[in-house]
Order: sequence, then C-alpha cells, then structure tokens
Amino acid sequence: MIRIWLAQHWFVFVSTLKRLVAAPITTLLSVVIMGIALSVPVSIYVLVENLRLVMNEKNHPQMTLFLKHDIKQENIDKIRQDLQEHPQILGSEFIAKDIALQQLLEKSELPNTVKNLPRNPLPDAFVITVRDDSINNLRELQETLKSWPAIEFVQFDSEWIERLKALLQLGWSIVLMIVAISSIAIIAVMFNTIRLQIATKRDEIEISKLIGATDPFIRRPFLYFGALQGLAAGVIAWLIVFLLIHLINEQLIVFLHFYEIDFFLEPLSTENGLSLLFFSTVLGWLGARLSVSNHLWQIEP
Amino acid sequence: MITFKNVSKRYPNGYIALNNINLSINAGEMVFLTGHSGAGKSTLLKSIAAIERPTSGTITISGQNIAQLKPSAIPFLRRTIGIVFQDHKLLFDRNVFDNVLLPLQISNFDTHTAASRVRAALDKVGLLKKEKAMPITLSGGERQRLCIARAVVHRPTLLIADEPTGNLDIAYGRDIMSMFTSFNQVGVTVIISTHDASLLGNTQHRVLSLAQGNLLV
Repeated sequence: MIRIWLAQHWFVFVSTLKRLVAAPITTLLSVVIMGIALSVPVSIYVLVENLRLVMNEKNHPQMTLFLKHDIKQENIDKIRQDLQEHPQILGSEFIAKDIALQQLLEKSELPNTVKNLPRNPLPDAFVITVRDDSINNLRELQETLKSWPAIEFVQFDSEWIERLKALLQLGWSIVLMIVAISSIAIIAVMFNTIRLQIATKRDEIEISKLIGATDPFIRRPFLYFGALQGLAAGVIAWLIVFLLIHLINEQLIVFLHFYEIDFFLEPLSTENGLSLLFFSTVLGWLGARLSVSNHLWQIEP
Repeated sequence: MITFKNVSKRYPNGYIALNNINLSINAGEMVFLTGHSGAGKSTLLKSIAAIERPTSGTITISGQNIAQLKPSAIPFLRRTIGIVFQDHKLLFDRNVFDNVLLPLQISNFDTHTAASRVRAALDKVGLLKKEKAMPITLSGGERQRLCIARAVVHRPTLLIADEPTGNLDIAYGRDIMSMFTSFNQVGVTVIISTHDASLLGNTQHRVLSLAQGNLLV
C-alpha cells in the first residue's frame, strides 16, 4: 500500500516537472519574480550576519582595570590569578605603569613635557577581554571588579557596544519585515499561478470528481506544482545572493587593499542556504494550498 | 440493490425533474429507462451517483442512504459505479490509454496491474489498436466506446449509461447495446437510459418509463 502511495506521488512529481518544463517561459518568469523577492531579505540578512561576525568573533568587548597607586607586587599577582579564574573573562594583559609611561612617551607629541613630570602619574593596569557582550552582564562585571580592594577604577566603553547592538537589532528588524513582505509576495504570485492552472484544468478536475477522485488526489498535483516552483525560487535567490556577495567582495578587495586590511564578506552558509530552500518550498506550497482550497470547491460537477 | 423511496427533485427555478419516484432494481439486473428528453432520466441516473441530490426521499444503494452521504464519502461511492456520460466527458489533453487509466489512478492501482486492466478494457470495446490515439482523432462511435472502457476498467458492480446510443446510427447502437448485455451477463447491474424506443426492440429486460418526472408503470 505504501509502495503504491509512493508510486503515485512519484508519478505526480514527474508529471508536474514535465508540466513545468513544457511551459519554460511562464515557469521561468514566475520563478524569477519569486526568487528576486526572496533574494532581498536574504542579501540584507547576509550583510547583517557579517556585521555580527565582525563584532563578535573579532572584537570581544574589552575593559581596562586601573589599580591603586600604592599597590604591591603580590597583590598584582593575586589579581592576575583571580582574573584567570573568573569564568566571564577570556584573557588579561598586565600593563605596568613604567611600560604605560614608555608608550605614552612614544606616542606623545610633547615627549619633553611628559619626561619632565616629577613622577610617573600613570597607574598599573590590566586590560581584560570579556566573553559575554550583553550590556547587563558587562555592567554587572564592572561593578564586581570595582568592589575589589586593589582596583581603583574600571573603564569600558558601553556606549559603543550599545550603539552597535542597536544597529544590529535594527538590521534584524529590517530583515524580518522584508521577509514578511517577500513571503506575502511569493504567496500571492503562487496563488495567482495556481488559479490560472485550475482554470485550464477545469475539465480534468470535474471528470476526476465524477469518477471518484478524493479532494487530496485532486489537490496533489497543484501542491507539487507550488512546492517545486517555490524550491526553484529558493535556488534563484541563493544564486542571486551568491553573485551579489561575490561582486561586493571583488570591490572590497580592491578598496581595502589601500588600507592593508584583509577582509571579505562571508557568503550564505550551506546550512542557511538549505533553510532558505526549505522556507521557499513551504511558501510555494502554502500559496498553492490557499489557492486550491479557495478555487476547487467552485468546480462541482 | 438500488431502492428509490418517495424521491423528488425540484430545481431552484421550480422545475420538478423527479416527482415522488418509487422503484427498486435488483443486483445483476439490466434495466432500461425511457422517456422523452426532459422526462427526468438524466436526473434519476445522476442521483444514483450522488451527482444530483434529491430534494426529498431516500435513495439506498446496497443498504447505504445516498441522500445522507457525507461529501467525503461520495468519491468512494462513485468508485463502485461505472458511468457512461451523455457528453462522454473525455480528456482531450491525453491519449486513449491515459483516459482509461484515470479511474485506476484515482483508486490507487499499481502501475503494472493498471496497465493490463486498461488494455483488457480497451480490448473489450475494440480500441486496443488505438491506445496511443488522441480522443480528438476518434469518430463519435469510437469516443462512445472509449467512454465505456473508462466506465468498466475498474470493474464496477453497477454500470450507468446515459443515452449511450444518442447520436449513433442503428448498427453502431446495436453494437454498443450488445456490449452492455455482455457486461450484464458477467453479473454487473446495468441501467441504461434512452429516448430511442426502437433500440429496445422486443427486449426481455425491464423497461421503466418516465414522463415529466413521473414513473409510468
């Protein structure tokens, strides 16, 4: 029984493919329209995702801990130990006040002024890299560290992080909104395509009903039609995004070459690409399903 | 097998197609339904296959009340019936073989069994050599036979034919009639409507006459 059921589905699948290939222009047109509609949110998604990668992987948030002036070497070792054991902290680097002064001398435009200072005004410091980048956790960590007796001051630039986070959030919202709009466009295109299909297959539907076809049997070819076109639209969208990223990267390489920066955009991952295909297939199917249930009952023998 | 009890059909425009019909047809019987066009023959046949629903009364087939059948159960009723339509209802986008295949596809037959059944049905009506032909190239008589092949390919227990000899010349009509007789001889219940009384000749089968929606006894 399952074998027959599978054979039936295979038959419908093959005959649907044949039908799509038999009308290549019509098929291509609607698939390309749906593919373009899908490629817009996917492109923005890829750009936002790249932004997130740049932020997270390459730039973990950093904090600077300034120590008290009269601190002893053993206290410094103790702090280093504590920092290493802290689960939130990925790494720490000690900058002794002498080295800090040295760096200041090298960078300063007024080296003599600095040199003439009666004593080194700079404190010892640790620069730490933090695992978590949520603002609340960073604030909490800042408070904890501030309460350590040897630490005078904890500095980190929260505004910068917050701004970037807000930018990312905006990016995601835009992606979601355009996904919603594109989905509606795809469902609408599919709805109309299936409506026309049903009109041309009126006789077949009527006769099939007369000789005992169930509704699922009549629906099946249209659902396959919708799903297959949705899948093809997903492939087109993937292709468009791939080409787009490729072209941008070519330009980026030329541009960033002057700054000696080695950076390029990551294309859509295979995993996300497959999700895209799945999503577009479901959209095509859904458009077909809505159209069929809307139009089929009108054909009663 | 089939029982009509006080069956009436009134169309929304007030036209009464069937008026209080009572009849019963036994399993394995062959019955003719005669009357002028508009007498209600088609409506009566269609109501057996639940294509038309009676306004009142009950129709039972093998103990099942057709008038109260759920819409989802109707396809399964129709699969037990073979129908030869007055206007053939062939599909012109596929060849003879695929037209006959359709009922088997609908009833989930496997491809191999289906193919041999289609050929057997085409052989019975003498169209085996034309299985690749498109319906548009067939003559009126051939189309009628194609329609019969499609009606019997799934081996129904009940065969309904609405004016099967409608536009055919007498020789062709006799041919078709003898086909129905042979189906009846292997146990199929057959109901045939015709307005052409000459076709009946001196038949020994039961003849039901309809006039303006009433059954004449």
